[in-house]
Amino acid sequence: MNKKTKNRKKYLSAIYILWMLLFTILPLCLVVYFSLTSKDGNFSFENLKNIGEYTPVFLSSIKLSAISTIICLLLGYPFAYIISKVKASKQVIFMIFIMLPMWINFLLRTYAWMTLLENNGIINKFFSLFGIGPFHMINTQGAVVLGMVYNFLPYMIIPIFNVITKIDKSVVEAAQDLGANNVHVMGRIIIPLSMPGIVSGITMVFVPAVSTFIISTMLGGGSNMMIGDLIELQFLGGSYDPNLGSALSLVLMVLILISMGIMNEFDDGEGDSMVL
Amino acid sequence: MKKFFSKAYVAFIFLFLYAPIVVLVVFSFNNSKSRSVWHGFTFKWYAELFQDEAIIEAFGTTMLVATLAAIIATLLGTMAAIGFVNMKKAPRKFYMQVNNIPMLNPEIVTGVSLMLLFVNIGRFLGGLELSFATLLLAHITFNVPYVILNVMPKLKQMDNHLFEAALDLGCKPIQAFFKVVLHEILPGIISGFIMAFTLSFDDFVISYFTSGPKSQTLSLIIYAMTRKRISPKINALSTIMFITVFVLLLVVNLRQNKDKTTIRKRGKMIG
Repeated sequence: MNKKTKNRKKYLSAIYILWMLLFTILPLCLVVYFSLTSKDGNFSFENLKNIGEYTPVFLSSIKLSAISTIICLLLGYPFAYIISKVKASKQVIFMIFIMLPMWINFLLRTYAWMTLLENNGIINKFFSLFGIGPFHMINTQGAVVLGMVYNFLPYMIIPIFNVITKIDKSVVEAAQDLGANNVHVMGRIIIPLSMPGIVSGITMVFVPAVSTFIISTMLGGGSNMMIGDLIELQFLGGSYDPNLGSALSLVLMVLILISMGIMNEFDDGEGDSMVL
Repeated sequence: MKKFFSKAYVAFIFLFLYAPIVVLVVFSFNNSKSRSVWHGFTFKWYAELFQDEAIIEAFGTTMLVATLAAIIATLLGTMAAIGFVNMKKAPRKFYMQVNNIPMLNPEIVTGVSLMLLFVNIGRFLGGLELSFATLLLAHITFNVPYVILNVMPKLKQMDNHLFEAALDLGCKPIQAFFKVVLHEILPGIISGFIMAFTLSFDDFVISYFTSGPKSQTLSLIIYAMTRKRISPKINALSTIMFITVFVLLLVVNLRQNKDKTTIRKRGKMIG
């Protein structure tokens, strides 16, 4: 191509590069700056030291979101596999129905779960018809996990489905010709080949799950606080402290970077497992 | 037997995904404010919905911010993608990494960091408060990466000779862009726009940290309600939106299927 036009075309991105500098890089620098200063603006490690107090919140966030991610994988993988077996025209319809719930505001869907799970909610009323219950479900860790699995399950199904449908059928046939039974085909062909989908599914569920707020407040009551809730409290909640909030955000970012690094180790590095 | 299990499993997943939605829709017709006891059928929440100024205004704000953010992000993102494609590998890789930050970062961190920026710029320059403008800036910021994500592959797939051919045939670069390049990458631009609009429309976390008290979106007033009690009017509104999206998706897909069959038929005629 004409070198001059190519050179000039480059400058089309100039506005966006400035935009990123101002609205992506600078805000993150502010997070770092605030986490390293005290309230009066002096340099200090105080905030980062104070985070130690909140280790239990971090641990329980990681625990709950890891459990949710595993459940999403266990529920989502077989589903994606089954759907990949049906006719292509039907596949589209199934995938539409997977994505459709995402069109209803997640706060409302989570609120609807409150209705279902309450002590005198719909599920307990159903059980009482048979004379069992009532079960205490709302405001437990289980309810928080359920809310996260519910909200993020599509993010697990979609990337796995996309990868499984692209597996070359002749590879499976070749394995069968060579005497592999169904278990072998699954364990040695399908699952290893769908690894990129699994990896991006796990990332797409774990990142929003570990940083969620609201779901934990709505379904977990006040007692199951997560990192997200803690950060929100420092900025808009009762305990206004943007310095501590920034430090918490910084640690959360590092935590997520580490977990993404670990996940990428499991990927063969073929590069097409982008987060979307 | 195996088939039966597969079907039962698919049914179970859909039951799980749709149970709360069914509850939501059913109770939008409930003749009482209760969220779990049925008091008879009514349309009154739908009637009251259109009288409720707060909800109508929030709906307007949501539509406005989603539309503006999606349009601006699409323009900005398409230009940026064209620029990136024409860069050398090293700077392109670098800028794409920066571009990915808002997609990889947890939403709450993006929201909080933008809030810090807006509040502190405001203190510095004076006058800038959290408002519709900051909300819009935030939405554009998280939308552009998704536009680039959609446009970039189309640009890479495009045959560069097409552009040169247009130039050789006497087009000015700008004409060549509008007549050739735009046509080639349009599907990417459209899907980028739709994705941006959807993300904006649905966003709660980032809006929560970056909007002012006078620019409340639907998500924000719903959140305010969850702290007390959600009015069945909101159920009615989401039922309407849900059905609209459902019908739209259905129509788009039926049309696509129809197109495919006509193409197949034509193919047969030619073959």
